[in-house]
Amino acid sequence: MSAVLEQKTFSRRQVLIAGAGVAGGFVLGIPQLANATTDSDRMIGYFVEIRADGSVVIGSNQPEIGQGVRTALPMLIAEELDIDWSMVSVRQMPLGIIKTADGFTWKYGGQGVGGSTGLTSNWEYMRQVGATARAQLIKAAAARTGVAEAECSTRPGVVVCGSLQTAIPYGDLIADASALPLPEESPPLKDVADYRVIGSRVKSVDARDIVTGRAKYGVDTVQPDMRYAVIARAPVLNASVKSFDDTETRKVPGVVDVIKIEGPEPGAPYVILASGVAVIATSTWAAMKGRQLLAIDWYESPNATDSSERFWAENREMLKGDGQVVLDDGDFAQAIGDAETVVIRQYQVPFVSHAPLEPQNCYAYVQADECHIIAPTQMPSGASRAAAAVTGLPRENIRVDMTRVGGGFGRRLTNDYVAEAAMISMQTGWPIKLQWSREDDIKNDFYRPGGLHEMQAGLDGDGKVVAWAQRLASGSKYYRRPNMPDEDLFGAELYIDDFPRRIVDNIRMEYFHNAIGLPRGSWRAPAHTANAFVVQSFLDELAHETGADPLQLRLDLYGASREIEYGGHGGPTFNPGRLAKLISFVADKIGYGNTLPDGHGIGLASHFTFGGYAAHAIQVSVVDGKLTIERIVAAIDCGLAVHPNAVEAQLQGGTIDGISTALGLEITVLDGQVQQSNFHDYPLARIAAIPSLFESYIVPFDEQPTGVGEMGIPSAAPALTNAIFAASGVRIRALPIAAQLQI
Amino acid sequence: MVSFTINSKKVSFDGDGDTPLLWVLRDQLNMTGTKFGCGVGQCGACTVHVDGQAQRSCVTPVSTVAEQAITTIEGLAPSELELHPVQQAWLEFDVPQCGYCQAGQIMATVDLLRRNPSPTDADIDTSMTNICRCGTYARIRKAIHRAAELSAQGEQE
Ligand code: FES
Ligand code: FES
Repeated sequence: MSAVLEQKTFSRRQVLIAGAGVAGGFVLGIPQLANATTDSDRMIGYFVEIRADGSVVIGSNQPEIGQGVRTALPMLIAEELDIDWSMVSVRQMPLGIIKTADGFTWKYGGQGVGGSTGLTSNWEYMRQVGATARAQLIKAAAARTGVAEAECSTRPGVVVCGSLQTAIPYGDLIADASALPLPEESPPLKDVADYRVIGSRVKSVDARDIVTGRAKYGVDTVQPDMRYAVIARAPVLNASVKSFDDTETRKVPGVVDVIKIEGPEPGAPYVILASGVAVIATSTWAAMKGRQLLAIDWYESPNATDSSERFWAENREMLKGDGQVVLDDGDFAQAIGDAETVVIRQYQVPFVSHAPLEPQNCYAYVQADECHIIAPTQMPSGASRAAAAVTGLPRENIRVDMTRVGGGFGRRLTNDYVAEAAMISMQTGWPIKLQWSREDDIKNDFYRPGGLHEMQAGLDGDGKVVAWAQRLASGSKYYRRPNMPDEDLFGAELYIDDFPRRIVDNIRMEYFHNAIGLPRGSWRAPAHTANAFVVQSFLDELAHETGADPLQLRLDLYGASREIEYGGHGGPTFNPGRLAKLISFVADKIGYGNTLPDGHGIGLASHFTFGGYAAHAIQVSVVDGKLTIERIVAAIDCGLAVHPNAVEAQLQGGTIDGISTALGLEITVLDGQVQQSNFHDYPLARIAAIPSLFESYIVPFDEQPTGVGEMGIPSAAPALTNAIFAASGVRIRALPIAAQLQI
Repeated sequence: MVSFTINSKKVSFDGDGDTPLLWVLRDQLNMTGTKFGCGVGQCGACTVHVDGQAQRSCVTPVSTVAEQAITTIEGLAPSELELHPVQQAWLEFDVPQCGYCQAGQIMATVDLLRRNPSPTDADIDTSMTNICRCGTYARIRKAIHRAAELSAQGEQE
């Protein structure tokens, strides 16, 4: 993204503001923007504060959802600033947007975490911020000592000037350095070989606060005069409030108000999910008690008869016909007609909920001409837009503070709960903390779309795959987007450039959209979780049908290390050789090919997700229909691992998420109502499901980092189901597994 | 009116006796280290100790803890500078991701080690039923074993 720089005068220092669009993209590589001068004589730009004792406070501009960005991004700055990590503490920055003639621009660089871009989109930028700050300190030291800048260098925390060999601590230079005009361009960045912080085993900056209960999440927000709110939302999808009786509710001590919440029109784009009635009280518990006592009459919903059973039956019907052809390379019909062996299989991937452990919540205080939002969100600019849409206030008058976030997984890309809180505050005048219960969360989500996939492959006499098709009937997550033409709906569900495109010559993809009232959205690694399960299961089935070895079949398809074109997110290229290397690695680690006792088996899978590569090898036993996971080996190739502890954590966490979801999770609908409500019927895996034999490896590749938040999940489920087949001959073609095996 | 102690401090609550201890801690006393995850005793994010035993505070009416001693995550460390061995072990293995479940995981672990000072993996599987949505289980398991070691060392000294 290019940036137009304009200059303004501000205080005694210069301010540089970049004119890049704010619409939701990321601003790359604009250290001038980040270093725009502040009024503090302890700061260089917005991100770096140096204290007299030499300690450094680094600003973190991104939401921390557990991916470790509050540690990883400051590591980039610390590296180039040349400071010992032990001297660093981290400060959360709020949303920063600045009004321009034609919209808004970022004040602190693009802010928002999704698509595993938190690190990659800030990789250049944060290093430039650090390098620029270091250059300013050098300049200040040169001016003070009279030694030429080129003769000055740094050691951690100090500038060393020429032959004087006097080391001047940063803390002594900061006042001078902060007053110097900022350079137009970033100084050169370090060589990888010189990294001391990047790639080191730094621990999470927040770990101590977390283990002592001090870390603050959205739910922990307390503000003066704050009132607590909960909402009784429509139990039936898209139903709306006809009337309500709050007589009993208002008798509950502490209840101060009860109001109606208007929902969105069915099918229309929305800022909130559901119509309902909000109860406002002096405590969360009083609000919850009051809610129980509401008597609400609902209008009949157009989705009142929606059911999962009907959805799946419709999908099966759809696949019998012809869908929208969204990819057609080579001549699939000819190739499959000529094939020696044809294999056709169907796989069912259910709707699932995000269920971050911190239920949705938001603080909002709407006043006549301003609004304050404090929210756990992945998209603070979306929070600002949601509050603006509700209140009609100009966005520059909406202040958005970010808390630590108790899990994201894509749920908090959407700021519906921010809009709700703003509605309640606006209508009642109170500063409001809106709290969702777990039931609210499970029943009102933007679920991962469920879909029925049909895979077809043709193999020649040598077992080579010559024709490949994927046909999907699903509820697209794009269904409610403004201005989204029907023929683009597939794009969220089928990533046409995924493996095996450009490897198998004759390839076709077909899409059938099946509308259902259940809201859909981005669920960690969106369509990759479904597609990796389907494709990696199907490869095993092809191996089985042709008597090939599942590992060898993959290695033959992946081939040597080479870059092939990849137009989707994570491109511009994809290197299947990196998948070959990783899957061989995990196979080797787990002892693939060794003879196992009866009822035991090993499954393998690998997948390319948004620029990163992962593979899993899982060993299970299936005895008398009871599944036990015995051992897990996971590996990730994320290029350069900037923050290895977080990379490992994301790999392990993604693996467990994949397994937990495949084992037991499914959202179903009956009579237009979501049937699950809490962790008893939406059973996230507990520690007992995860074996103590669990290894995770980072396999290095090159000097460029990729993201890591979503790469660990897609190949976990198919490795597990492939292992189940190897152990028992039971092929899991519909998730979750618990419907077919005892877990 | 219900009186009890929290982290050795005397407190009293004169609201509804059926209010869950969780909400008394969080809304009335502003002790927000104890988290709300499910409200029905499923996830363990709200785990505190009542007279030394782990209890899920979201399903513990405050009336039932009258005259009892409550310990929360805020009161676990012996001092500002010194951490409880379980907290130390958690730091050694850099356990938390989002961290939301971890207060509950730590409180559950302290109780497990009180009952069983050197738990096996199977013991951990049966006793630790707290949910971690981020999937920190591999490190939690290691940290529990490490905490058992640290506690044993502490006792020898
Ligand atoms: S909040 Fe108490 S067990 Fe989940
Ligand atoms: S660390 Fe996020 S729920 Fe456990």
